[in-house]
Amino acid sequence: MSDILLNVKKLETWLGDGERPVRAVDGVDLKIRKGETFALLGESGCGKSITALSLMRLLPPSGRIKGGQVLLGDTSLLDLPEYAMREERGGRMAMIFQEPMTSLNPVLTIGQQIGEAVKIREEADSSSLRQRIIELLDSVGIPDPERRASEYPHQLSGGMKQRVMIAMALAGRPELLIADEPTTALDVTIQAQVLSLLKALQKQTGMAILLITHDLGVVAEVADRVAVMYAGQIIELAGCEHFFRKPQHPYSQKLFKSLPDSKKRAQRLAVINGTVPALNQVFTACRFIDRCHRAFEACEQAPEWTQLESDEGVRCHLAGRADQWLREAPAEEPDHLAGQAEGMASLLEVKGLKVHFPIHKGVFKRTVGYVKAVDGVSLAISPGKTLALVGESGCGKTTVGKGILQLIKPTAGSVSFASDELTQLSGSALRNRRSELQIIFQDPVASMNPRMLVGDIIEEGMKAQKIVRNSEQRRSRVAELLEQVGLPSDAASRYPHEFSGGQRQRICIARALAVDPKLIICDEPTSALDVSVQAQILNLLKSLQSSRGLAYLFITHNISVVAYLADEVAVMYLGRIVERGAVDQLLASPRHPYTQALLSAVPVADPNLKRKVIRLEGDMPSPANPPAGCHFHPRCPVVMDQCRLACPELLEQSDGRHVSCFRVEKGL
Amino acid sequence: MIAYIIRRALYAIPILLGVNILTFVLFFVVNSPDDMARMHLGMKRVTPEAIETWKAERGYDKPLLFNESSQGVDQFTDTIFFQKSLKLFQFDFGSSDSDRDIGYDISQRMWPSLAIAIPVLIVGLMVNITYALLIAFFRATYIDIWSVVLCVVMMSISGLFYIIGGQYLVSKLLHLVPISGYDTGFSAVKFLILPVLIGVVGGIGAGTRWYRTLFLEEINRDYVRTARAKGLSEVVVLFRHVLKNAMIPILTGVVVVLPLLFMGSLITESFFGIPGLGSYTIDAISRQDFAIVRAMVFLGSVLYILGLLLTDISYTLVDPRVRLS
Repeated sequence: MSDILLNVKKLETWLGDGERPVRAVDGVDLKIRKGETFALLGESGCGKSITALSLMRLLPPSGRIKGGQVLLGDTSLLDLPEYAMREERGGRMAMIFQEPMTSLNPVLTIGQQIGEAVKIREEADSSSLRQRIIELLDSVGIPDPERRASEYPHQLSGGMKQRVMIAMALAGRPELLIADEPTTALDVTIQAQVLSLLKALQKQTGMAILLITHDLGVVAEVADRVAVMYAGQIIELAGCEHFFRKPQHPYSQKLFKSLPDSKKRAQRLAVINGTVPALNQVFTACRFIDRCHRAFEACEQAPEWTQLESDEGVRCHLAGRADQWLREAPAEEPDHLAGQAEGMASLLEVKGLKVHFPIHKGVFKRTVGYVKAVDGVSLAISPGKTLALVGESGCGKTTVGKGILQLIKPTAGSVSFASDELTQLSGSALRNRRSELQIIFQDPVASMNPRMLVGDIIEEGMKAQKIVRNSEQRRSRVAELLEQVGLPSDAASRYPHEFSGGQRQRICIARALAVDPKLIICDEPTSALDVSVQAQILNLLKSLQSSRGLAYLFITHNISVVAYLADEVAVMYLGRIVERGAVDQLLASPRHPYTQALLSAVPVADPNLKRKVIRLEGDMPSPANPPAGCHFHPRCPVVMDQCRLACPELLEQSDGRHVSCFRVEKGL
Repeated sequence: MIAYIIRRALYAIPILLGVNILTFVLFFVVNSPDDMARMHLGMKRVTPEAIETWKAERGYDKPLLFNESSQGVDQFTDTIFFQKSLKLFQFDFGSSDSDRDIGYDISQRMWPSLAIAIPVLIVGLMVNITYALLIAFFRATYIDIWSVVLCVVMMSISGLFYIIGGQYLVSKLLHLVPISGYDTGFSAVKFLILPVLIGVVGGIGAGTRWYRTLFLEEINRDYVRTARAKGLSEVVVLFRHVLKNAMIPILTGVVVVLPLLFMGSLITESFFGIPGLGSYTIDAISRQDFAIVRAMVFLGSVLYILGLLLTDISYTLVDPRVRLS
């Protein structure tokens, strides 16, 4: 078997000392072939990153490798002394990380950081070193590499930084590149750029890639083979195509079912009940038993690895029992979520909303310009409906939410809510209306006071709005709310840190619901959560909508969530809405070139669906200095002369949607 | 950045004016010139005439804020507030109650102060950084644990103990250097060694512990993991990556105290009999020579504001992410 590049046998890594160490990696076997892309798929906390760090022997101080063998070619990595291991790191095996923002040294230039990786492997005088740095930057597609080499990391965008990380990894001409969630922190259009770059580099250099990810879409996009990791073990290994056609392990199957998309609109998403078990115990039963819908007596014994085909396998007692296997899981209780009545007057109507932040300069801080974060946004939401506001980071979508709530005073425009003009209200009049508009934030940890009990957090809004004056009644209402969002009633007397990420987001939803709002602005409420937990939150939001008639302004960058949840979509680019329309219409046939590119860049969890990615060059310009004319024209693949001069209006089309593009105007 | 510096300098004006008015109220309204005269003349010779002459000799006989007997601008300038307080803005400190030129005294006495303060700062910085890096290299071993214990013990000991203990051990028992005193020129060195040594030793506890925290904070950053993933050795990682980032808070912490080095150390200088600005201030306080105290308070606040401004500027020099605006 000479084509095996990396052979991991029974790798075991523990974190922490003491009585109950966390067995983060518990007997992992992997074989990676030369030149292939091997995806290690799993939710957060399953041990996939620790596996990668163990291979590189870069564990945090609390971690240690307890056993197993790692063979890179013929070299046994775990037996190497540290100095010899340094040769391998960044040499035959290199690694890139999830957060390109923090993974580069802020006080050294890009050139210096790449240079030091080059210098430890090859003799180079200063001019040939510089030559090599520029060559590397060029190979990862960084424009103007001479200038970029002498810049600092903060001068580069997130996508550029990840390219620099890749350039650094390439410096040692690696045979294996370990990529730990390389695109998770990036926007979809940038993610598409980075993934296609990795593919191209792989073709060029013939290196193998170990891709660690939680995103089924990314796996479908680039992987040749997939291993699914759960609670420190590999539970399924399969060829990519096979895996997506017929996942074997119940966990993998559930993962697919919990992915939101437009076909599942009328139903609840499948959820995986419970949470990943704590890894500081010795398991005797199957690790998935508590959450598995197909568990039976045999599962009380931990299942052995079952080899299915040549190099596929699964860790499940059901393996090979084809009859058992093909039967569908017991159907989720049919829960058709009723649609709301059509044609009601708008609950919220925003017209020409502008939020500009002044830029000060000079001795007396004269205002020399404005960051036009939101530059003329109009939208409307009917009662009980969901409008999704979609856009990449920095496009101003969060600022729209804050501008609507009057948390930031809008510079211009009108926000009318239930026929009241919010921009005209102030003081107590505005405070009184706050009970009708609520917001849920992206990060449930940061948006709750860690020193307040959950009950007090939920109650606070009721007190402030004087909704329930009697403390007795308030407490029973808190219990009611907790039950509604699916938390135990004793949660009220605990602190936020005692809950998991998904549970915390439920608390935030309960807090918003406490004052009986008509509209909730959901600012990326699921983007910090795992897929299966995301499904729980989406289900909750959807059932709350149908039982209470809530309207949502759903701010997100996740298109599949939009497809599942939204009635209408507005796509935002650099402070303006470029296209707005009904969800099925817009997602099926986008008309604005930006929407087209954005949708094409979203990875789909189906390797057979070969979509054509419309690649956007470069990054979104700064809103402090937007391009003249149409904001999108510098990146637009079908730009015309006219686009450079004037900005197209957002015009209503014959099919009822609004598009802001000269091409569409002219019917091209 | 020029605009930023100008704006900060303009901000300093109201602050200094506030300091000026506050000291004026403390020294001339709360404690009137009559009280000062009585204090200085002593109990026996106090007669109304003697008080008046004492005040007239030192210019304290003028009205506080407004002089009705003068004409035009003099109505405002020929007052205690203008002559004694506002003139500080010109660094015109006037003369002390014992009739010496304060400006001249300060210019003479700042050199001995600097001769102690600068070596203490530089040597202390080198010792603390080296020790802290060593601890960071051996983090989570017994060397780390016992070093932290040692630092806490050293922090807990009073500064006076270091001075007195040092004088007893080095000078009295071992007779290596004189206990106290000062000399001009090169021969001052033998008087300076002990106070500098004690200054450095006294600072090791707090300094090393703080720097260790800074280093360990940086060591856990993602970019350090990236550096290791490149295959760099631990020494290169520590010196090139960790030290360079940790130097940002260290340097700015040093820059803020730089201007205050001129003020000298109150306790060290008095214990070692060094004629610097620290002992100058202490002596003035004990003699109730408020002209000097006023001058030193004002000088201290000017230097402190200067230190803060220098800190901001030094940020832009060591941290490429910071641009002042």
